[in-house]
Amino acid sequence: MLKARVIPTILWKDFGIVKGVGFNSWRRVGTLLPAIKVYNTRQVDELIIVDITATEQNREPDYEVIDEIADECFVPLTVGGGVKSVDHIKKLLRAGADKVAINSGCYSDPDIISRGADLFGTQCMVVSIDVFKHPDGRYECYSSSGKMATGKHPVEWAMAMEAKGAGELLITSITNDGAMNGYDIELIKNVTHGVSIPVIASGGAKDYEDMYRAITVAGASAVAAASIFHFTEQTPLEAKNFLRQKGILVRKN
Amino acid sequence: MNVLIIDYGLCNLGSVKRAFEECGATAFISDDPKEAEKATHLVLPGVGAFGDAMKNLRAAGWDATIRKNVLEQNVPILGICLGMQLLAEKSLERGDHQGLGLIRGEVIKIYNDDPSAKFRVPHIGWNEIHKKKDHPLLTKLEPNTDFYFVHSYFFKTTDYEDILATTLYGSEFPSIIGKNKIMGVQFHPEKSSRAGFQIIQNFLSIN
Repeated sequence: MLKARVIPTILWKDFGIVKGVGFNSWRRVGTLLPAIKVYNTRQVDELIIVDITATEQNREPDYEVIDEIADECFVPLTVGGGVKSVDHIKKLLRAGADKVAINSGCYSDPDIISRGADLFGTQCMVVSIDVFKHPDGRYECYSSSGKMATGKHPVEWAMAMEAKGAGELLITSITNDGAMNGYDIELIKNVTHGVSIPVIASGGAKDYEDMYRAITVAGASAVAAASIFHFTEQTPLEAKNFLRQKGILVRKN
Repeated sequence: MNVLIIDYGLCNLGSVKRAFEECGATAFISDDPKEAEKATHLVLPGVGAFGDAMKNLRAAGWDATIRKNVLEQNVPILGICLGMQLLAEKSLERGDHQGLGLIRGEVIKIYNDDPSAKFRVPHIGWNEIHKKKDHPLLTKLEPNTDFYFVHSYFFKTTDYEDILATTLYGSEFPSIIGKNKIMGVQFHPEKSSRAGFQIIQNFLSIN
């Protein structure tokens, strides 16, 4: 049977890893390549790497950096940040990405997903959706690293992206991100009910129990986390041991 | 040992090459079928659509070269993911496409035996293989080892003796096939960490 995945997310700019709180105040927590090597030797299920300043600075993904990372990465690698065209997707896949995550690029040109899926297959098209929860409880998708409101509702947007040919969704709660107070279970659950493609829960992971809830209550196929792996003693391996004890199928070897 | 990784323009081959090198092989990527003479092993990787892949293979003359090397000279070949599916006679992925026809069967969309349950496609993530037959490609693998899968179609073989291992997702499908020295894996050994390296080493030991 298919296993639930535990995925470390690495956010980077200018070769340094950063981790923010609520999509702001980025701070350095190390350099990129050694982190990749460490996660690689620790047998993580998969890695997500997002270049958080590419869109803001209106530049293309840094293919050379991805090439270097991919050389050290013997688990699946999803790369995001600054992807605006089919040519960018192609270059990232050539550089060694297994999947490409597209966020802001989908709002300006939703057909980038269908064109990418036609050329490279739906399995490498990951649509990343950042969601803000307004004080009145209303959910809204934001683009450009959480800076721009789009007016889109996450479930409707998720379904639209599935229809375009997305193979997987990465759903991140901007509100909860970095706070380590727990995933937005309600948000994730609404999305997994709306689509038939795998959903990765992201933003706010608190502890292993929280991951368990994201999988069982919210129906996520995978759980992504950054802060708790960077700033606490919690590790992907321990997370999987915990999940296994609770009866969730996780990778053994 | 000289491993040729066939480049037909669709996907990243760097990680496949790196994984073979990590396993001690000399590996090179080539889009020129003439280079096949130098190869002791062929690797047919693949991500993307079946129709485009066959079109590119034919345009470059790879289909004839692969058949000659594999069938006449008995050179071992490993198809990975779409590369495994290309070994089939045909595929029903977005149309009806003829494959290399090295192993009998056709490529169909993955489906769920239990239509009442929620079923997510593509099949993405780690899943285990269940050995059906002894073969050198499966040497030293723990029972039910996990490998990394990313696909929406699978190779439905009609010759059951060619099935070396199966995997369960929606239904039971062949995840490793082998007929003499023609082999295919539906998962990505180059992305399956240590278990993947074991498969690659096993393939390299087949001469």
